[in-house]
Amino acid sequence: MSTAEVALGHDHDHDHAHAPDAHGHGHHQLSFIQKYVFSEDHKMIGLQFLFTTLLMLFLGGGLALGVRWQVAFPWTDLPILGRILFPEAGGQMSPEFYTMLFTMHATVMIFLVIIPILAGAFGNFLIPLMVGADDMAFPKLNMMSYWFMWPAMLFFGLSFYHGGAAAGWTSYPLLSDLRQSAPYSGSAQTYWLLGVTFVGVSSMMGSVNYMTTIINMRAPGMTLFRMPLTIWSMFITAILQAFALPVLTAAGFMLVFDRLDFGGYFEGIHSTFFVPAGLVVNNAEPTVGGGQPLLWQHLFWFYSHPAVYIMLLPAMGMVSDVLSCMCRKPIFGYKPMVYSMSAIAGLGFIVWGHHMFTSGMNPALGMTFMVSTMMIALPSAVKVFNWIGTIWGGRVQFNTPMLNCVAFVSMFVVGGLSGIFMASVPTDIYFHDTYMIVAHFHYVIFGATLFGVFAGIHFWYPKMFGRMMNETVGKWHFFLTFIGFNGTFFPMHMLGIAGFPRRYADPYLHPYLEHLMPLNQFITYSAILMGFSQFLLLGNFFVSIFNGKKIGRNPWNANGLEWTAPSPPGHGNFDILPVVYRGPYEYSTPGQVDRDFLMQTDPPLRKTASTVAATPAVHH
Amino acid sequence: MRKFWCLFFMFWPIAAIVYSAMSPAYGWWFPGDSVTELGQRIDNLFYLILIIITVVFIGTQMALGYALWKAAHNEDEKAHFSHGSHNLEVIWSVAPAVILLFLALYQMDVWRDFRVKAYFPEGTIETPIAEVTARQFEWRIRYPAPGKKLQPKPQPDDLYAVNELRAPIGRAVMIQLRSEDVQHAFFLPHLRIKQDAIPGQIIPIWFKAEKKGIYELLCAELCGWGHYKMRAQLTVEREVEFQDYLKKLQTDQNYDGFPTSDSVAKKEE
Repeated sequence: MSTAEVALGHDHDHDHAHAPDAHGHGHHQLSFIQKYVFSEDHKMIGLQFLFTTLLMLFLGGGLALGVRWQVAFPWTDLPILGRILFPEAGGQMSPEFYTMLFTMHATVMIFLVIIPILAGAFGNFLIPLMVGADDMAFPKLNMMSYWFMWPAMLFFGLSFYHGGAAAGWTSYPLLSDLRQSAPYSGSAQTYWLLGVTFVGVSSMMGSVNYMTTIINMRAPGMTLFRMPLTIWSMFITAILQAFALPVLTAAGFMLVFDRLDFGGYFEGIHSTFFVPAGLVVNNAEPTVGGGQPLLWQHLFWFYSHPAVYIMLLPAMGMVSDVLSCMCRKPIFGYKPMVYSMSAIAGLGFIVWGHHMFTSGMNPALGMTFMVSTMMIALPSAVKVFNWIGTIWGGRVQFNTPMLNCVAFVSMFVVGGLSGIFMASVPTDIYFHDTYMIVAHFHYVIFGATLFGVFAGIHFWYPKMFGRMMNETVGKWHFFLTFIGFNGTFFPMHMLGIAGFPRRYADPYLHPYLEHLMPLNQFITYSAILMGFSQFLLLGNFFVSIFNGKKIGRNPWNANGLEWTAPSPPGHGNFDILPVVYRGPYEYSTPGQVDRDFLMQTDPPLRKTASTVAATPAVHH
Repeated sequence: MRKFWCLFFMFWPIAAIVYSAMSPAYGWWFPGDSVTELGQRIDNLFYLILIIITVVFIGTQMALGYALWKAAHNEDEKAHFSHGSHNLEVIWSVAPAVILLFLALYQMDVWRDFRVKAYFPEGTIETPIAEVTARQFEWRIRYPAPGKKLQPKPQPDDLYAVNELRAPIGRAVMIQLRSEDVQHAFFLPHLRIKQDAIPGQIIPIWFKAEKKGIYELLCAELCGWGHYKMRAQLTVEREVEFQDYLKKLQTDQNYDGFPTSDSVAKKEE
């Protein structure tokens, strides 16, 4: 059975969607709940993810500003919220609260923003549209992947309610394992672990769906090597998730079993996977056990290093597409881009030990992981060169998506290069757990991924809502975010070189760090600028839904299949079945006179008239 | 506007370079030269990597800026049509691979000397000077009695100190690192030493401090709310002073309130 037959059959069921102006109004049989709440439409699910993650971005950002306040102005009154949160302390936060802040900042940003905004929001919205399918392979599973985020958020909320997990987002045992080692976090750590597990369940449902959809539901003519890089990146990410997540889930349950203590009749499980015998923690009785705390680090990083690429690859794919379109030029080295993403994914599974160079594992492992980690920089370098090659000789249009894309490339270079200090074991001895690490991963996760996300939001917004976002506001948002971002994170490299440790509530207790306070205050001011600039994005996003300029199907003159569908596409996506003739990067093709783009559905330039007639192309 | 954005993307790397270049003058740099020879080798590796990445940073950012500038001022009707170049791909795959592989292999010996027990300086493994036990939120130090060897289990005549580690100058010494409760990390920034203390494991660390002084000892792995205040110090002093310190510890520890023959003799003098 070919994909064409499937798509045709579906079209037949929903022939009302054939109206040229199908905006989904025709679906009178769907109730409000079915359409907007428990929707099985991949676009609505993608938007649900997008709205949720955008709001979570502000929660995570708020937590970050709290962290920054304490590091720059330790033991002073927290502005605005201090009096409400800590009335008995006169408005200043406790070290317990600070420890909770950075733990939950990372948790929210990683598990509720970056991973779901890339795979959940963009993956859902774009995959069927870009491969020419009418929906995901398993719409119900897709719906559940969104709604399983809610138990996750509920558990994180419960974690907050119980004081918040405070063992770092890496949750190394035994701090995360023995209750007496962090009495203030109580049940919060257990709820945190359950929250992470539910995020994992949600991601797993998504990734199964993405793989199946991409493999089975491509439009006729959409061969693997005609897929946009966004789809390749989503595909590879889905594979990464499917292979890495079970390990985290297993490790999470092991830790939950170590912690579980029901009290009363059921005493709990009290396994000792990570607990060695004979430890006296906080003057409690010596532990019984035979576990190994390093086991957690291996299991955790076996997931969480590939997760770093789960947090990066989709953005790389999206940026490739946007960059090519805005430069009006084919992507430079399409196949090397695909191979390098695959190489990153493959190598991503054998580099986890570089998080553990100082952990005391066998030094021979340190050497092995150093070589593999150095090698993973290679495909990343190839990608950067290819992006620059794409811009080279192009005709650049400096709009908001393009600016964010250039920032992505520029920031990713910094994040990649600073990573070499950590990949090298000897220098990592010094830089491990200093602000060098903080600078490094923020340049990758914020500097690269989040700028890529900004580019994606501005680029695909017209397809989501049929309206444009405001360019002036978009540019101001980019400008201020870029300045604030670099003001925040570039000086952190210097803090790292000065040996400034992470996760310190009051670093100035140590004389050799005293003189770094003014620099930290500068960083905090920059972070405030960056944080508040995001309101421009939020405002632009929500106001444009109602007030943005209305546009047609293809406002960017782009090539992908999604631009042949109406904006926004109705249920079933395409009013005309897309047939694909070429890859998505045919910009400025010689021999074409009237325009500089050739959509994937455009009939071949020099083909017989009969083929042309069979496949009417749709664009404005 | 397009000129502005091109300059914008070219300006920030320049600002970053200028800022980095002036950082040492403001003290936003290493806390002094390393006081161990191994630490200096780590610093040298740092500077080697720094030079390489600075060159790559400037190169890529300027290439990006230049490509943007040219592309923004492209007066042709259409962009240059190209799907890539096989030769370029080969060049920019092989060149970084060579550099990265070189960097990885070049650093093996420093790591080996720091961490592989078979390469620890002679005499360090047999006679560790102290056992350092991290706990929430302090460092407990156990020395063997003068003239004795450190035993894995505490001995009645062991000497104890809290948050104050001492070591002789110019001699390679080894300590045994343990944790009593959660995970900690033993961080001596001036010596460029960091090692996690894993509960249930005893991990050896060696160093040879070349300069007299008092250096901070911190915890570098989140260990609870008081993580930031695990403040201790390492005092590097002459061998004689170190031995005197141990003797004084011993005298203080054995003091039972009665004058000893030693102290009586001292008084009579």
